[in-house]
This record gives sequence, structure tokens and C-alpha cells, in this order.
Amino acid sequence: MNARITWATALRVLTQLRRDPRTIALLLAVPPFLLALLKGAFQHDPETFQRVGGPLVGLFPFSTMFVVTSITMLRERTTGTLERLMSLPLAKLDLLFGYGIAFAAVAVVQATVTSAVAFGILGLEVAGSTAAVVALAVGNALLGMSLGLFVSAFARTEFQAVQFMPAIVFPQLLLCGLFVARDQMARVLQLISDTMPLTYAFEALNGVTTKGSLGSRGVLDVAVIAGATLLLLAFGAVTLRRRTP
Amino acid sequence: MKRVVSPVGSQRVSPAVEVGDLVVCRGGREVLHGLGFSVAPGTVTGLLGPSGCGKTTLMRAIVGVQVVESGRIEVLGRPAGAAELRARIGYVTQAPSVYLDLSVRENLRYFARVLGVGHERIEETIETVALGEQADQVVGSLSGGQSARVSLATALLGEPELLVLDEPTVGLDPVLRRDLWAAFRGLARSGATLLVSSHVMEEAEHCDELLLMRDGDLLATESPDELRTRTGRDELDDAFLALIEEREE
Repeated sequence: MNARITWATALRVLTQLRRDPRTIALLLAVPPFLLALLKGAFQHDPETFQRVGGPLVGLFPFSTMFVVTSITMLRERTTGTLERLMSLPLAKLDLLFGYGIAFAAVAVVQATVTSAVAFGILGLEVAGSTAAVVALAVGNALLGMSLGLFVSAFARTEFQAVQFMPAIVFPQLLLCGLFVARDQMARVLQLISDTMPLTYAFEALNGVTTKGSLGSRGVLDVAVIAGATLLLLAFGAVTLRRRTP
Repeated sequence: MKRVVSPVGSQRVSPAVEVGDLVVCRGGREVLHGLGFSVAPGTVTGLLGPSGCGKTTLMRAIVGVQVVESGRIEVLGRPAGAAELRARIGYVTQAPSVYLDLSVRENLRYFARVLGVGHERIEETIETVALGEQADQVVGSLSGGQSARVSLATALLGEPELLVLDEPTVGLDPVLRRDLWAAFRGLARSGATLLVSSHVMEEAEHCDELLLMRDGDLLATESPDELRTRTGRDELDDAFLALIEEREE
């Protein structure tokens, strides 16, 4: 690994993103917009908005970074830039960490804007610190990024990559405990949700937003998120081949 | 058939590329059937043959990005694909492999940082490929020929000892083509080895040596003049046809 190359890669990814102002606008505007809709929809049930809204602030970056990363990496594969990079003195980790730095930076901005709107304008209240929510959001963004990097290897077209969102992200959202508490789900669904990284992301966020702190259980959740991120990055590195058939 | 391709009158030196019994399969089909040849350093070698004859596969194998079935490939004294070679080889794929949403200069700046070369090289290579006026334009807005030159510039950045160029002059206007061949010649003179593919026989004229390919086999490795003398044809196109007929008899 080489800090110069990692850093150059992060800057390159951010420059590419800057060239696409519409995507930036969507990245920043959509989460607050959805939260505003949620508040409106639960006009007569503000408790549900309070219960669901907090964790959602920290879960948005997971799904956005998943899509953005899988498309970006797919483009690297289809335009031949990945093959070029693999023929250059660049370590696979330089590329993956470069992506990580760039998308973490985007996640910080996205989560900050979303929290500012949620906590400042929409009246969302959480028991814990909003900074902790933002920090968890950035962690979840990295989790979404590494998952996106990995699954992009299985997509040949951008259509396929986009379809991975409902296929891989939605089940995790449905079962993570956000909509229905996990102890009220069928046993088999609980077991499935145990294997899904987003479950731990939700639990950690829920701890901060309802109990006010991570607690010992929350520390474990964060460890699982970090472990899953690293594992997925390792899988992602395996899909980056110097030699192809 | 195996001989060292070397410029007229030069001494025998260790080859820049040495390939032996190279077999490559793609999509379950054997596409290179046991090729062998070598390329002398400081030469421009043309890899010529019709579309689909295996030129790109051979180049990929030499660069070390192709999974090979069997055979031996030595590049600059190291096995092809060795990590140490990555900074010493420049490879330009047929389709421009640069970032379409970055400007010419931003692309070069990124690859210069990856290679660890100085800023002055960025301006020099922009000059070499004659893209000064477009330097701050986004590559996606350039013409096909211009983006191909961005891709070429990227490979020139690190002043590689071996340049592998897959159809670098396709779709370029004659003036630019002439200038690029002059640039290739200049690079060879300064010691670099160039392997340049083309499916147009007239390009062969610019090369010291030719590797003539057809259907995954090597028909001949010789200089343009040798080819003309041996086949008794003045036009290289005709000479190539004569070779094929000779092979089929």
C-alpha cells in the first residue's frame, strides 16, 4: 500500500463525483425529503416518527453508498480503467481504501445535512448525541460501500447493479427491526436477520436514539459492523483480478 | 520458428520480450496456438493481422493481464505479470481506458500520481499527443481519436521501457498518424521498445520488424523489406496475401 496512491484515488473519485452535480444534489436532498414525508405521513402518530426517524438518519448513507459504489466500480470494470489500474503499480488496497476515504467524506456531508434537517427543522429528537448518530451513519456508509464493491463484481450492466438494491438492501431494511421489532418476527426471520449486517447497524443506532448510548451491546454491534465491512472489503479485493480470462 | 527480431546491424542483445510455445484459451476456445518469437530492445515491432486473429490476446498476455494456458513469456528479463514490471510497461488498450468524466489533465494527474512521476511529465505528454487545446476538456466530450490519444498519453507518462499499443492509430487523421509514428520512432531511439498492433498493412512500413498473425498463429517474423524480397511483392498487403497462400498450399 502507498499513501500517495490511496490519497490520489480518493481525490480522483471525489473529482468525478463533483462533475455530476445532479447526483450530489440528489444525495444530499433525498434523505431529508424522505424524512419530511415520513413526518407528514405520521402526522397523527408522532411517536412512530420519533422511533423510526432517528435510526433512518443513520441508515440512509448505507443504501446510497451501496448504489453509488457499485455503479462507480462497475464503470471502472466496463470502461477498462480497472484493467489499466491493475496493470499499474497500484495495490488493490490503494484502490479500495481510496474509495473508502472518498465515500466516507461524502457520507459525513450527507449525514450532517440529513441530521441538521431532521433534528433542526423536523423536530426529530433522540436520546443520545446527534454526533453519535452521524458517526454511526458514516460507519454504515462504509458498510454499504464495501457491500456495493463486492456485489458490483456480479453485475455486468448498470441495470443489474441497480437491481441489487431491492435484492440485497431491501430485505435487510425489512428485517433489521426498523419496521417490526425483531422479537415479534417469526423465528426463522429472526435467524435470517441475525446474519444481516444491517441488523447490527440498526441496533446500534436504536441504542443511541432511544436509550441515549451505545451500551455494551452497542459496542458489540459496532464491532460486527466493522468486521463485516472488513470482510466484505477482503471479498471485494478478491474480485479485483490482475489477470482475467 | 523462432528468431530474434533486431534492427539491421545491431548486436545481439537480450530480448525485451521473449515468448515461447504460448497457448491461450478464451471462452473455451484456443485462440493462440503455441506462438514463439522475441522482440529486440529499442525497436518498433508491428503486430499485424486481420481483426480477430489474436493480436489483442497476445498483447494482454505480454502485459500480464491475460490468463494463459501454457507457455513462457519473459518481459524485460522477468516473467510477464511480475509486480516489478508494472512500472516499466505502458499498455494502451484498443478502447480508450480513461475516466470520461474527468478532464484530460485530471486523468493524467491521477495516473501520474499512481506512477509517482512529476508534474512536468503531464505537460510533456499532452504535448506529445497534441492535446494542448483540449487539456481542460472533459474526456467524454472529446472525439474518438482524441480520447484514444488521452489513453496513449496516460501510458507515456511513466516513460516505460516497453510500450504495448493496441491499434493506437485507428481513426486518426493522416497528419496525426504520421506525427504519432514519428513520436514512436523517437521513443525507440531513446531506448524504449514498442510493440504496436494494427490491422492495416500500410502501417507496417513504420516498423523495424513485423509479427504477422493469422488465426492465432504466427505466419512470419521479419522486416518489411525481407517480407517484400521473400514474397516478391512490392505492396505489403500483397505480400501478406502471398504468405497466407504459401501457408495454405
